[in-house]
Amino acid sequence: MTKHPGPGPKELRGIGVSPGIIIGKAHLVDRSKAKVQYQYIINDAHINREVRRFKEALTITEEQLTTLKNSMPDHVKELAVILDSHRLILKDTMLNDATVQKILDEKINAEWALMRSLQEIRQIFEQIDDKYISGRINDVENVADRILRNLSGKKQQHLAEITERVIIVAHDLSPGDTTELNVSRVMGFITDIGGRTSHTGILAHALQIPAVVGLETVTDMVKEGDLLIVDGNAGEVVVNPEDNDIITYQEKQLEHEAYTSSIARTGHLPAVTIDGHKIAIFANMEFLEEVTAVKEHGGEGIGLYRTEFLYLRSKGLPSEDDLFEDYRQVAEIIAPNPVTIRSLDLGGDKIPTTLEMSKEINPALGLRAIRFCLKEPHILKTQFRAILRASIYGQIQVMLPMVSGLQEILDAKRILEQAKKELDQEKIDFNHDIKVGIMIEVPSAVTMADILARHVDFFSIGTNDLIQYALAIDRNNEHVAYMAQPFHPAILKMIQQVVVAAKDAGIAVSLCGEMAGDPLCTPFLLGLGLENLSMNARAIPLIKNVVRSITLQEACDDFKNVMKLHTEKAVRTYALERSKNYLP
Amino acid sequence: MERVRNIRIQNILGLHARAAGQIVELGNQYQSQLCLKKDGKEADGSSILSILTLSCPKGTEIQAKIEGEDSEAFMTALQDLFDQKFGEGK
Repeated sequence: MTKHPGPGPKELRGIGVSPGIIIGKAHLVDRSKAKVQYQYIINDAHINREVRRFKEALTITEEQLTTLKNSMPDHVKELAVILDSHRLILKDTMLNDATVQKILDEKINAEWALMRSLQEIRQIFEQIDDKYISGRINDVENVADRILRNLSGKKQQHLAEITERVIIVAHDLSPGDTTELNVSRVMGFITDIGGRTSHTGILAHALQIPAVVGLETVTDMVKEGDLLIVDGNAGEVVVNPEDNDIITYQEKQLEHEAYTSSIARTGHLPAVTIDGHKIAIFANMEFLEEVTAVKEHGGEGIGLYRTEFLYLRSKGLPSEDDLFEDYRQVAEIIAPNPVTIRSLDLGGDKIPTTLEMSKEINPALGLRAIRFCLKEPHILKTQFRAILRASIYGQIQVMLPMVSGLQEILDAKRILEQAKKELDQEKIDFNHDIKVGIMIEVPSAVTMADILARHVDFFSIGTNDLIQYALAIDRNNEHVAYMAQPFHPAILKMIQQVVVAAKDAGIAVSLCGEMAGDPLCTPFLLGLGLENLSMNARAIPLIKNVVRSITLQEACDDFKNVMKLHTEKAVRTYALERSKNYLP
Repeated sequence: MERVRNIRIQNILGLHARAAGQIVELGNQYQSQLCLKKDGKEADGSSILSILTLSCPKGTEIQAKIEGEDSEAFMTALQDLFDQKFGEGK
C-alpha cells in the first residue's frame, strides 16, 4: 500500500540561483500548451456565430494583455515592450483577418482556421534568413496559443487574476512564459529542472526575488496553496513547515535584508582583505546598456564583454562601423578602467556563413567560437579592426574564446597582425600594443597553460564551460546538470594550475565564470592566488564585502585544507561551514 | 492623394519587432494606408508581421507609399520616426 505524502514538513534541496528568503503560498503553473484543435466543418447557418466566437476570443485576449501590461512594475519595462508587440500581432491582419476569411470561405471552425493561419505565417517566417526575425514566430505562437485557450474556455495560466502574492512552482520557465507573469505578485520561483545559468535564474535576478531550481520533483510534491519557505541563498525549500521552521527562517530573512542593504552602500569601495591585499573586482556584461549598472555596483572595469549580441541582431553580419561604435562607447564610458572584449563566441548556426553547416548533435563540442572564426577569417578580421579602432578611446584588450591549443593563438594573432597592417596602411590610429589574452575554458588549455602563457598577455578562466568540459556534463541534460559543481576538487586544481602557470610567466590572470560571483567560492579563489575576479554586476557589492571580511592568510589555509578533501560534497560542506564566519 | 518616398534605415537594429510596432502604432493615427516596399517585396504598413517579413537591417533603403487624405502628415511623421532611429538612442 502506498502511503500518501502526509502534510508534515518536507525539506528539498536544489540549486539557489537568486538570493533571498521568503515564506509564502505555492501556485502551480501548468505549462502544458492548450490542447484543442478539434477540426470540424460548420454548416452555413452557424458561420456568423463562429466568426463572432473568434472575435470574442480576440477581445478577451486583448483585455488580458492590457491587464498584464498594467500590472507590470517599471523595472521590467522590456517585458512590457514584448506585450505591446503581442497586442499588435493579435490585431494583425495576417493572423485575424486571414482566420476570419478561412472560417467564411472554407466553413471550418475557428480553432482550425487559426491553426492554418499560424501555419501560413510560420512558413513565411521560416524563409527569413535573419535569425532574430525568424525567431519572432515564437511571439506569434504565444499569441495564437492565448487565443486558443480563450476559444476553448480554458482558464489562462497567468497570474493576472491572483489576488495574493505567491511562489511560482513550475516544471520549468521559458523566456516566453515570463511575459505572462504578473511579476508584482510573484514572491519567488521554484522549478523541477534548470541549472545556474537557466532563464529562471536570470529572470529572478532581474526581479530581485529568490529562486531555487533543479528540485527535480517539486511539482509533484507541492499542492496548490501549500505553505513554502524558499531560501535562495542555500538552495533550500521547505514544504508545509512547522512553526519553529517559520520563526527560524523569518529571522534569517530579516538578517538577509539588513545585510543586502548594508553591503549595497559599500559597493563603490575597493575590496581589500583584512590583512591588506587588494582584489580587483570587474564586471561581466553583454549589452551596452549595462555599463551604468557596472558603475553603480562598483565594478572596476569590464572583465568580460560578450560581443555576440550585435551579431545575433544583425541581418547578415554587423558592419565594422557598427561594431566600432559599440566598442568605442563602452571603452569611453568605462575609461580609465579597462574593458576586455571577447571575440565572437558563436557558431555558424547563429550567423550567416558560407560554410556547409550540418546539424550538430553536440554544439558545445562543435564548430564555434575561435574555431569558427578561424574558418571564416574575414569575420574575425572585421571584428579585430573594430576593436583596434576603438582602442584609442579607452583601455581595451582583446580576448579569444574556447582556445584549445597554441595553434589557434598563432593563427588568430596572424589575423590580428593583418588587421593592424591594414589600419596602418589606411593611416587609421589605434593602440599598437593592445593586449591579447585567452579564455581558459577547455581542459587541454589548462594542461598547456605554461606554454600558452608565453604567447599571450593574460588569461581569463571561464569556469562555466571549463566545468562542463572537464567533468563531461551536458548542462542541458537535467539528469546530469546537478553535477556541474564548482566544488569538484578537479576544478579547483585546474584553476590553481592555470594561476600558477600565469604567475610563473609573469602574465595577468583573472576568473570570469559564475564562481567569481559565488560567495562560497571566494576564499578558495583568493587562497589559490587569484587577484582579479569578474562577475555579474549585481554580485559585486556582496563579493567585495566577503573579501573585506577575510584575511588572505585564512584563505590560503582554506585552500590547503580543501585540497586534502577528495569529494565535491566534502569541499561544499567545508565551504558552507566556512561561510558562517563571513556571511550572515 | 498618393505620396512615395525612399527612406534609409539608420538605426542599428534595423526594422525589428519594436520598430515595426512603432510604425503600425503610428499608422493607427491616420486614415491613409501605408505600403512598404523592398526589392520588389511589398509589406502592409498596418501589419507588424508583414513589416517584419521584409527583413530590413540597418542601411537598407525602402520605399514608403502612402495613399489617402492625410498622407502628407503621415509621411512627415513616418520620416521623423526613421530619422529618430525609433528612439534607440544610437
